[in-house]
Amino acid sequence: MNLDQALQTFIVESRELLESMESALLGIQQAQDRCEAVNAIFRAAHTIKGSAGLFGLDHVVAFTHVLESVLDGVRDGQVEISDPLITLLLSCGDHIGTLIDAIEAGKLEADTAATAAGEPLIAQLRAYLSAPATHGIQPVVASIAAPAATAGPGSAETDNWHISLRFGPDVLKNGMDPLSFIRYLKKLGEIKGIETLPDAIPAAALMDPESCYLGFEIAFASNADKAAIENVFEFVRDDCKVRILPPKSRVAEYMHLIGDLPEEDARLGEMLVRCGSLSAHELDAALNTQSNTTPTPRIGDVLVEQGSVQPTVVEAAAAKQKQVKDLKASIRVDADKLDRLINLIGELIIAGASTDLIARRARMPELQEATSTLSALVEEVRDSALQLRMVKIGATFSRFQRVVHDVARELGKDIGLLVSGEDTELDKTVVEKIGDPLMHLVRNAMDHGIEPADVRVARGKPAAGTLKLNAYHDSGSIVIEVSDDGGGLKRDRILAKALERGLIEHGKHLSDDEIFGLIFEPGFSTAEQVTNLSGRGVGMDVVKRNITALRGSVSIASKEGMGTTVTVRLPLTLAIIDGFLVGLDKSTFVVPLDMIEECVEFSPEPGHDYVNLRGQVLPLIDLRAAFAIECAVPRRRSIVVVRSAGHKAGLVVDALLGEFQTVIKPLGKMFSHLKCISGSTILGSGEVALILDVPSLMQQATHGIASIARMAEHLPLAA
Amino acid sequence: MTTSEKSEQASRTLCLEGELTIYRATELKQTLLAAAEASAAVEIDLSGVTELDSAGVQLLLLAKLTANAGQRELRLVSHSPAVLDVIELLNLAPHFGDPLVMPTPAA
Repeated sequence: MNLDQALQTFIVESRELLESMESALLGIQQAQDRCEAVNAIFRAAHTIKGSAGLFGLDHVVAFTHVLESVLDGVRDGQVEISDPLITLLLSCGDHIGTLIDAIEAGKLEADTAATAAGEPLIAQLRAYLSAPATHGIQPVVASIAAPAATAGPGSAETDNWHISLRFGPDVLKNGMDPLSFIRYLKKLGEIKGIETLPDAIPAAALMDPESCYLGFEIAFASNADKAAIENVFEFVRDDCKVRILPPKSRVAEYMHLIGDLPEEDARLGEMLVRCGSLSAHELDAALNTQSNTTPTPRIGDVLVEQGSVQPTVVEAAAAKQKQVKDLKASIRVDADKLDRLINLIGELIIAGASTDLIARRARMPELQEATSTLSALVEEVRDSALQLRMVKIGATFSRFQRVVHDVARELGKDIGLLVSGEDTELDKTVVEKIGDPLMHLVRNAMDHGIEPADVRVARGKPAAGTLKLNAYHDSGSIVIEVSDDGGGLKRDRILAKALERGLIEHGKHLSDDEIFGLIFEPGFSTAEQVTNLSGRGVGMDVVKRNITALRGSVSIASKEGMGTTVTVRLPLTLAIIDGFLVGLDKSTFVVPLDMIEECVEFSPEPGHDYVNLRGQVLPLIDLRAAFAIECAVPRRRSIVVVRSAGHKAGLVVDALLGEFQTVIKPLGKMFSHLKCISGSTILGSGEVALILDVPSLMQQATHGIASIARMAEHLPLAA
Repeated sequence: MTTSEKSEQASRTLCLEGELTIYRATELKQTLLAAAEASAAVEIDLSGVTELDSAGVQLLLLAKLTANAGQRELRLVSHSPAVLDVIELLNLAPHFGDPLVMPTPAA
């Protein structure tokens, strides 16, 4: 693995860590086990710091170190987690994110702008640090914040190098003897003091006599430079953890070393004193300082943290991060590769369909059997390939924790976010495109939906507003709900506004759904005041357009004074669906299979555009009429009963042609204005079939459906 | 190399001779542990040891730790020059706490 790849991994992992840090921060106020959340935040900061150090990204290390120190204080309970602190920590996370972005752009050094942006944050962080700590804390923080500085206050007095060795288990098996390295080291200078650590030797029964368990702490006087000393251990580099501190390193760096090593801090400290790298006085001072901020981190913690900081080489760092990934047994794949796979499978399905057709025409039973096995397999391959692109919506939802937190602060409202159905999966491409519309809806709900606290209290509601995000699967689509417990939509005002704008005519009777749907019309906003968040009348129509572009639909339900729920329905996938072929004259159309409830025989009742389906009114949409297909009507016709967004309708078709795996090919720009058609597909015969956009077909016929539904209320049909 | 044991009163003595190295590590582990667990006090005579490597050091440390854990006594005696060299190099004297014929300078 080369450095670039490792750096790339670092960037990706850091972003993930920042994300988890952010969600932990946002969740901390509600968290049952606050300790766990604090640890998660601390680990994220610590890991980023450790990895950044391996790449020599000193500015990142310097910044995260201060952050880490504050978090350490939080972990101890010395610093109280408060709202301002959470906000500050969130900004710090953002700042690290900016630094990481700069690194990705190729700027490995600190630039002045970034440093300037970081400084006020560091200053604020320090304020938390200095408050509870004693005089000892300052040099520690300062020294690591400026690691490049040479000897000065806070440096150890010794002129010796300090070398810390932990040999890996395979050293002896690889034919190398730790003793010989130490003997060789003696040729470069004088070993002033050495401590052997037998701590890693396991209990007698578990001990493998051919594995190496030894560690050493060495104080070493030499004029050789660091590279020369490192070269001594060249041959065991992969098997041995070597840490070298130059003479007159800062005490804090020794402390850092101690913290990094697996053994107990106090014991290691004594060892450093005994081998002469630190004086007893220096150790006491430093340990006191530490115990003010971190009273001897528990060994478990040290071990956990160790996971991220120990590796000596860049590869090791990347490998380590991989290991963590491996625990979840997942790998990263380029989205492009997946898309290519899906495309190929699409072609495979089309080719399979034409083979199938030929086999049927050839009337060879063996061939037909083979092709049907083949198509069953292709179907499975398709499903698992599509499954690969499925991601949980939780990650998208959790981004909103931050949005809600920030926007609520900006608006001066107290709003909590409740998320449910995070495990609902949907296609990755859908997830990417749903972010913006959801953002609009969330902001809108917070700005216009949820009332200010005083109004809420006056209305007898809890002062804190609640915003809910929910997701679930429903008949082949994913449903995302954004609901608030705010003031709700004012039906009359929307109606008045719509009349004023000429969107509807006077005297027309509209259902609540239709009226609420008006707010998705372009240029429609009933907000009395325009805020910088929303209310300018752009937004809801953009939301609707974006969602429609994804073959989805959006609807709104509201109760005045109780709240509003916006429901977004999206297809699970944009690439391949199970379709049902229907024939109209000589044309073939595809109806998405998961929208179909059943097929029934059509018996025409002149003058009616509905039938009685087991006692229920089923509005009919005659596709012949809808697509203006004019030719002789066949004697027998069928009804395909479809369901979308809770409504049922019957499509009247000439023939039912059976199921078909449908690869969705988008229509060209020329046809983009076509309604009721969502795409096209290629049949086995090579013919093109159009895919029906059932929701919009139903919408086109909505008025009819709505009036039938109303009629049904007054005219109970015989059960 | 040979190992021989002699028993005097409650204390037993184990004589190790030849190389204490990785090549004999498995065998040595058994010998040493058996000695460390056998009686309340054991002396290990190292006068015949011609070579000691890290594997040997580990095993001596293991024997000592095992004996300590069982509150038994384990002493290394009559260190050969090869052993003394390593004990001095790695500053192992504090771990074993045995009197050395040739005193090692404290670190």
